[in-house]
Amino acid sequence: MTAIQLKTGAPGARILGFGGYRPRRRVTNDELSQTMETNDEWIQSRVGIAERRWASDDETLVEMAVAAGGKALAASGVAPDDVDMVILASATLEHPIPGIGPQVAHRLGITRPGAFDLNAGCAGFCYSLEVASNAIRSGSARHVLIVGAERLTDVIDQTDRATAVIFADGAGAAVVGPADEPGIGPVAWGSDGDQSSAIEMAGTGRIAMAGQAVYRWATTRLTATLEQAMAEAGVTVDDIDVFAPHQANLRIIESMHKRLGFPERTVVARDIVRTGNTSAASIPLALEALLESGEAKSGDLALVLGYGAGLTFAGQVLRIP
Amino acid sequence: MSEDIQAGLAEILEEVAGVAPADATPEKSFTEDLDVDSLSMVEIATEVENKFGVAIPDDELANIKTVGDAISYITANRG
Repeated sequence: MTAIQLKTGAPGARILGFGGYRPRRRVTNDELSQTMETNDEWIQSRVGIAERRWASDDETLVEMAVAAGGKALAASGVAPDDVDMVILASATLEHPIPGIGPQVAHRLGITRPGAFDLNAGCAGFCYSLEVASNAIRSGSARHVLIVGAERLTDVIDQTDRATAVIFADGAGAAVVGPADEPGIGPVAWGSDGDQSSAIEMAGTGRIAMAGQAVYRWATTRLTATLEQAMAEAGVTVDDIDVFAPHQANLRIIESMHKRLGFPERTVVARDIVRTGNTSAASIPLALEALLESGEAKSGDLALVLGYGAGLTFAGQVLRIP
Repeated sequence: MSEDIQAGLAEILEEVAGVAPADATPEKSFTEDLDVDSLSMVEIATEVENKFGVAIPDDELANIKTVGDAISYITANRG
């Protein structure tokens, strides 16, 4: 019997660059309070959002993904020809057929990559990172482009203040490549399918969220996931320079931050304040912003955690490129 | 017993929502009188479980309107 041969991959994978796209239109809390029963004080105290970006008609998922992906390629110094896999993480495709990963790759001049869409809700970026890291380590890809792109405003109920003030649009991307020294730690991931109805689009075609249930899940269950991600990467909370969880709700971020007990020097991503909740796009957008502002530096260790509809969750320790 | 629970609950309320312990009296409504919102109620439920070993699921949490309701719930469900 002839044995099947395997390829040899890289010893590790790391992120080489981030890129983001923020839609042009800024929507303030005051603007929202003109059309729904809410106000700036209510929104800021409940979810910590001051403004968010809403995509216009021409800012489609593909256009936003191409813009973010192009920036990530430029930041990483990787030529499109050297990318052999593209993962498009999104939960808000207008039509599920076809998936948009191949078109985004084509538009960026990436020829014939393995390309597909991945829906793990707001955990999509971190799930994609694990898939990319494994592809590079197994030899099935050398460079992977991940793009999280969402148009949540297509699926919000404009009269539901529990969701309409939170969800927003945007795209965030990262290029992942081979590394002798791993820059992406083991994933701590999983799902709680018994709570599949906690965040769902059922019947109405609009997103509905059981706010208290999600808050409880995020602030209790996920603490152990964050601890597992650090333990399996061989680091402790004192080693973490940047804490960048999914930007779901500022109060969840603050609660996690308090429960984990980070040192004072740890920078916490609070991009939600000006961006809202952009689901699979939120973590790369937040990390790109921290790098641009100088709050995060190349070589820093970051702890990331995506979590959302499914319910799904995934956390990793990363080296900032 | 219920004094211990009231005092413990007052500590939690101060920690989670900045409520002065003297204000945490049984007749007070969490939302109306103490300005505790729905997410802070979840935090309170988590801390009640940590402190008293009494879990308050979301559907039960919806029925707890006053400090007194919480004291009664904890008293009834404490092992």
